[in-house]
Amino acid sequence: MTDMPQKTIPESSLTGEYKYGFSTDVDTDTLPKGLSEEVVRIISQKKGEPDFMLGWRLNAYQHWLRMAEPHWPNFSYEPIDYQDIRYYSAPKKRTDTPKSLDEVDQEVVKTFERLGIPLSEQKRLAGVAVDAVFDSVSVGTTHQKELEKMGIIFCPISEAVLKHPQLVQKYLGSVVSYNDNFFAALNSAVFTDGSFCYIPPGVRCPVELSTYFRINAKETGQFERTLLIADKGAYVSYLEGCTAPIRDENQLHAAVVELVALEGAEIKYSTVQNWYAGDKDGRGGIFNFVTKRGKCLGRNSKISWTQVEAGSAITWKYPSCLLIGDNSVGEFYSVALTNNHMKADTGTKMIHIGKNTRSTIVSKGISSDYSNNNYRGLVRIMPGAENARNFSQCDSMLIGNNCKANTFPSIEIKNNTATMEHEATTSRISAEQVFYLQSRGLTKEEAISLVINGFCKEVFKTLPLEFAVEAVKLLEMKLEGSVG
Amino acid sequence: MLNIKDLYASVEGSQILKGLNLSVKAGEVHAIMGPNGSGKSTLSKIIAGHPQYTVDSGTVEYEAAGRVVNLCELEPEARAKEGVFLAFQYPVEIPGVPMSLFLRSAYNAVCRHHGVEEMDPLDFDQFLHEKMKVLEMDDKYIDRAVNVDFSGGEKKRNEILQMAVLNPRLAVLDETDSGLDIDSMKIVAGGVNKLRTKKNAMIVITHYQRLLNYIQPDVVHVLHAGRIIKSGGKELALEVEGKGYDWLIK
Repeated sequence: MTDMPQKTIPESSLTGEYKYGFSTDVDTDTLPKGLSEEVVRIISQKKGEPDFMLGWRLNAYQHWLRMAEPHWPNFSYEPIDYQDIRYYSAPKKRTDTPKSLDEVDQEVVKTFERLGIPLSEQKRLAGVAVDAVFDSVSVGTTHQKELEKMGIIFCPISEAVLKHPQLVQKYLGSVVSYNDNFFAALNSAVFTDGSFCYIPPGVRCPVELSTYFRINAKETGQFERTLLIADKGAYVSYLEGCTAPIRDENQLHAAVVELVALEGAEIKYSTVQNWYAGDKDGRGGIFNFVTKRGKCLGRNSKISWTQVEAGSAITWKYPSCLLIGDNSVGEFYSVALTNNHMKADTGTKMIHIGKNTRSTIVSKGISSDYSNNNYRGLVRIMPGAENARNFSQCDSMLIGNNCKANTFPSIEIKNNTATMEHEATTSRISAEQVFYLQSRGLTKEEAISLVINGFCKEVFKTLPLEFAVEAVKLLEMKLEGSVG
Repeated sequence: MLNIKDLYASVEGSQILKGLNLSVKAGEVHAIMGPNGSGKSTLSKIIAGHPQYTVDSGTVEYEAAGRVVNLCELEPEARAKEGVFLAFQYPVEIPGVPMSLFLRSAYNAVCRHHGVEEMDPLDFDQFLHEKMKVLEMDDKYIDRAVNVDFSGGEKKRNEILQMAVLNPRLAVLDETDSGLDIDSMKIVAGGVNKLRTKKNAMIVITHYQRLLNYIQPDVVHVLHAGRIIKSGGKELALEVEGKGYDWLIK
């Protein structure tokens, strides 16, 4: 007897329960639905912003009005009614400017505790400074004092606008301009909070900086903006996590992240995205339209993106690097898992401008059920980019027979000294693999989880340890009850 | 320990085993020989619980911890936890999963089942190295992905290492000798012999008598057309080697 031909495991659904689906009852300060110049002005006023910010927002709004929503991703969705969304919702504080956590609604503090993100000084996570964003505003940032001693600024962006206007004015929009694309323009007009971080020259940030985004309010969009600057020779590792309650309606999340790395600086930016992805029939879930881009401005600078995308009904996201400084390095490591009716169109752009610039792209897509998972990437070598190098690897894994996986890699080379490597594979979890592991004592779920972790290994090993553990757990949770 | 009674089994709609009976006691080693297509691998897959192989009738009784269960009613992992082990003829590749993690996950799954404390990575590493020494495997091996880029011989050795780690009560070795050169075969057979005790049993499936020079069986069976047509001592293997199967089939 010879072995049977390898067969795929039968119909499956990655349907672990979404355990962050609860919502919190809090008194909120919420704007009525709809977007207008008036709304933009009110948001700016609520934040007490200087004039330059209001002017910038209004400019963005005017541009946005003339722009069209992009529809080139490889899937379609119900039209978004931008007048049916609330653009501001904040839990009410006991005072206007909370000096400490005691002044923040305790329900909000409890919410973050339930999410595993304790904010109080006694319980805060060691080794990780957290900025917690609840709907439209930041509700607390830990470790601020220790970081201040080293000259590191880590605070809500709304606070940075007031306290460090010169830095904000210099860098905000310098990587993703207010009219970059439809969603970036929308974000520029109405962004409400997010994190700001500045690492001074030569400083190596001793803890992981982290922002935890939580959407709570109904029918509200979340538009956060993150700006991270690593000055000459600085190093920072930054983590981002996201969850939202289970709701039947789709909710819009349109964020912008800008990174700036000056000479010799290194930024490591990791995301574990687990927004609510909708139910089994594709009802509800977050529409996640995000613009993330980093500028390697100085010589020998490095920006590394790692993302684990496991949530959202729709993900539209291309964390990119502009490699301007000579010898600068851009990296993109991604795991995108889609199940049920999720749709993902994600990838990266590496734009080589400086000499001897290098980029690495490792993308792992896992799709199951009726989901649609796409890698879309662009590697562009500009005429001045002598001796640029790129390595791209795009692997897809399919579970079941009804899902789709596509890769759309684009390469544009305008300098013939470039070295390019591209690898792509598509595989399935085979019944033989699962049986082999089962015959050694692992359950079907443990077996599938092990195979998937092996598939994602190159990406997971780039995550900070705590996050890698969380990412593995997240995939396991999503995979619970996955096969027959 | 194992009692197979009047077993009929199919794969993809065609019946391969047709009334097979086999009884194995603790401490025994049984060799199963037979021409291609006689049902040797099907038997091993049925014992381990491969989902594509179905039992049409008959039972596979297995006695564990003083009680008798019908193996066919257990999931493959439950069989493994009860001490059933199959050394695969064609071991499967699991890209990206290091051997150390794979073996520790399997070992600890069995520990959990028996309510024994799990082994931490450091202790396990030491434990694993001892087992590897027996099979003359080098250190780099534990960081390699399961069976990925393993030579044929390495894959077979790896199966026996897994057996050494899991210490099964009933081990089925499915053509563990095929693809092995004589030196590798001696090492593998040496490893297997070290695992032989009075409490466990083995079923060794092979085409060739050669392996049985190194792993001495107590009983030799000849399988043909889904049934055991002849059983005897180890001299039966020599007879088959000399005369082929034709004289038995007639």
